Amino acid sequence: MTTAYEAIIGLEVHAQLLTTSKLFCGCSTAFGAPPNSNICPVCTGQPGALPVLNQRAVEFAIRAGLALHCRIAPVSLFARKNYFYPDLPKGYQISQYDQPLCLGGHLDISCDGEAKRITILRIHMEEDAGKSTHDIGQATTSHVDLNRACVPLIEIVSGPDLRSPQEAGQYLRALRAILMYLHICDGNMEEGSLRCDANISIRPKGSTVFGTRTELKNLNSFRFLERALAYEIERQIDVVSAGGTVVQETLLWDEKRGRTLSMRSKEEAHDYRYFPDPDLPPLVVDDAMIGAIRAALPELPEAKMARYTGEFGLSAYDARVLTSEKALATFFEHAVTAHRAPKKIANWITTELLGRLNARGESFESLRITPPQLAGLVALVDEGTISGKMAKQVFDTMYATGEAPQAIIAREGLSQVSDSAALETMIDELLATQSAQVAAYRQGKTNLFGFFVGQIMKKTAGRANPALVNALLRKKLEEE
Amino acid sequence: MSRIRTLQKQLAAGTLTSVALTERYLARIREYNPGLHAYLHTAEAFALELAHRADERRRNDRDVTPLTGIPLSIKDVMHVHGLPTTCASKILEHFHPTYHATTVARLLDAGAVILGKTNMDEFAMGASNEHSAYGAVRNPWDPARIPGGSSGGSAAAVSADLCVASLGSDTGGSIRQPAAFCGIVGLKPTYGRVSRYGLVAFASSLDQIGPMTQSVEDAALILQQIAGHDPADSTARNIPVPDFSARLGDEIAGVRIGIPEEYFGEGIDAPVEATVRTAIAHLESLGATTVKIHLPHTRYAVPCYYIIAPAEASANLARYDGVRFGHRAAARGNLHDLYCASRSEGFGPEVTRRIMIGTYVLSSGYYDAYYKKAQQVRTLIARDFAEAFTQVDVICTPTTPHVAFRAGERLDDPLQMYLADICTSSCNLAGLPGISVPCGVNADGMPIGLQLLGRPMDEVTLLQVAYAYEQSTSWHRHHPPHYGIGA
Ligand SMILES: [Zn+2]
Repeated sequence: MTTAYEAIIGLEVHAQLLTTSKLFCGCSTAFGAPPNSNICPVCTGQPGALPVLNQRAVEFAIRAGLALHCRIAPVSLFARKNYFYPDLPKGYQISQYDQPLCLGGHLDISCDGEAKRITILRIHMEEDAGKSTHDIGQATTSHVDLNRACVPLIEIVSGPDLRSPQEAGQYLRALRAILMYLHICDGNMEEGSLRCDANISIRPKGSTVFGTRTELKNLNSFRFLERALAYEIERQIDVVSAGGTVVQETLLWDEKRGRTLSMRSKEEAHDYRYFPDPDLPPLVVDDAMIGAIRAALPELPEAKMARYTGEFGLSAYDARVLTSEKALATFFEHAVTAHRAPKKIANWITTELLGRLNARGESFESLRITPPQLAGLVALVDEGTISGKMAKQVFDTMYATGEAPQAIIAREGLSQVSDSAALETMIDELLATQSAQVAAYRQGKTNLFGFFVGQIMKKTAGRANPALVNALLRKKLEEE
Repeated sequence: MSRIRTLQKQLAAGTLTSVALTERYLARIREYNPGLHAYLHTAEAFALELAHRADERRRNDRDVTPLTGIPLSIKDVMHVHGLPTTCASKILEHFHPTYHATTVARLLDAGAVILGKTNMDEFAMGASNEHSAYGAVRNPWDPARIPGGSSGGSAAAVSADLCVASLGSDTGGSIRQPAAFCGIVGLKPTYGRVSRYGLVAFASSLDQIGPMTQSVEDAALILQQIAGHDPADSTARNIPVPDFSARLGDEIAGVRIGIPEEYFGEGIDAPVEATVRTAIAHLESLGATTVKIHLPHTRYAVPCYYIIAPAEASANLARYDGVRFGHRAAARGNLHDLYCASRSEGFGPEVTRRIMIGTYVLSSGYYDAYYKKAQQVRTLIARDFAEAFTQVDVICTPTTPHVAFRAGERLDDPLQMYLADICTSSCNLAGLPGISVPCGVNADGMPIGLQLLGRPMDEVTLLQVAYAYEQSTSWHRHHPPHYGIGA
């Protein structure tokens, strides 16, 4: 990016709530069911059907609001957003508009080691639309699956506070982590449980006015988000640098071609004709309900980080890495419960475990090692059953097969030889066959000590307990 | 004794069976419906099956209610699973619902017999029933005249005794106005008293289902069965349902009746005003006190109504796009062409007009001037009533400014047609209960209706006063000639 400009980015994130039933009817929200199997008169927009608000979804949305430090509106409204599309059964989407459930919060992110506070303008509830698919090569046929219609979503709107694609990525990662911590969204971007649109403009550095913004849609992975934003920033700078002006429009990111495509201009923008939905009374939330939800909130990343650095004595870096995803933190905590060596376990996770996952591009979900297994491995090192060096070898096998460390050690005979009688016999035999070297040592060539250790290690294929070998050897060499 | 009570007595005595009664009604429908066109769909086999079950229920003395075995009709805007729902529109010509409306389910639970679906203005939009895509209904009192709308089919069917009673829906007067024009009783309950689930929406914040009957007591009996909370309708209030017949027959001495000057005089035909004033004098003679009141925002009710109702309708009717159900145009082309052709072919002119008005008043740039302003006016209208009800118990007005007009007379003048709602629409805007009872006829022998409006959720007082009026006059015993009623 040309240093003369800065980017102004705001994200609108849609998160699908993990309720078992839909927002306004009792249908299941299960993903992957046969098309049009989770439907009823309400979510297919049959004449005469009426919406009834799912209170569980309200609770989930309030959880998000509280975790993001928002004010929960005592009264909020549902509105109708009117537009025609085949996957929108009623011809309008029920959404919150000018009176949303949550207002004015923030999310702290870390960018290049520095903390930055990102404003959350609002969180509102809405229903999802169905899914259209179009037959390839048969332009006349389309299919609509309404299983997803009426599934509960929250839309989380950030302030225009993000200044780079990397910051936007960090924000989305942190937001995703919180939603998963709260257990209100599975965070699966591939299946569309978490979707992201971006508003973006540029301005000369130092300026305080906003430039004309474009809206980027379909940023459905961290990679898409960062690539699309980088592309769009570059494009806007090119336009402005060439003396042109940025046109307000909605753009679609085309990942294959690595560029944005215009979806519609400002002139073609829909007039959604929002008005309050007369089928739904105002949503009233009282303090008691908010209090109960607040009391039941799980420990969130910020609090966890503080505990990890305080109680466990982890470094800030390790604590941040371990709390960046709920699954990771849970893994760590389970392992620590099994063997209370938080620093060592943290080290194993951040270096060995994450190192391998990253190197192979594998996801944490595909991990075969369980927390008790990792704890067991660390315990075996602590007890002296295996050496640290051996442990890495064992870890490799655990990572590949998911076997317990004890089983691997037993099968491959990797446990340390700490039987002093056996080692003593071995040392006696060695010294008997190496009388010349023994004599030399006793005459002062003490640097031969390493030679004797090496011989024992060779005999035991490296399994001899080095400390014990040292002690025994010293005793034998010095005693005569 | 009311029509339903009389029939119940015969059914209980075993001098009549529901099957015989139902067959009699089906025969009457066959004979008279071709001239009236009150029914769009008669369900002979369905009705007889229900009648059989009702008789069996009575034989077994199991859950017999005042409605068990009583033949009713349902306005074709509510779902009866097993029968079509067309809303008198081409766009739903072959539509079959997959579920019962809550009101219908409650009637069936009570053992009622459903004879068929009655004609109406398309999607309940109209005051004359001339906006039915399947042909207009005629007024039993004079076939050259309209029966009122939009529940005109129900009103004509009850008036000509082609059913004992009917369920109608009232958005701006659609139960009370045709009840007045056809000389029957029409009750619009308080908004939220009756579930709207399964009622095809016209204007969701105004629509309410209610009984259309031959007497006040019958209205109370039917309301008793259909009222109450419904978990499927968030706007159906979760409050106790009183005994609506509790004060039928109680004296009305001391009841304070408000007379709003705004509902008399200009715009009201002289014979109608004179008849209604006579009715008010009669109520005074029964011991009620009358109080002059003012409802200053009444004059904005019709314009306010004709912004809010079309606005909500424009969204409610968006689902008829030819994609999932209803009429789909044969036209090929892109998606937009499909929408335009399906909707243009499927909707009649009045529905189209209201969708356009509704879309306009919600449009960016016009929302504040129209929709928002109308909502503010609506609040003022409701406040007028709230203030009035601190002084009075019920409010009394004409139901309509005139008697039923001649078919075709106003078809080309939508504004004149809209003014037929002038006495009824403010009741919907304020969410109040309202009832129309017959109170006389004009020189041509056409019925005139007396409208009573009550406090929210106070149908009991409304019914008490309406019953006292009805029972001390004879207008409810007047029936249109030529239909063999009373024979
Ligand atoms: Zn559903």
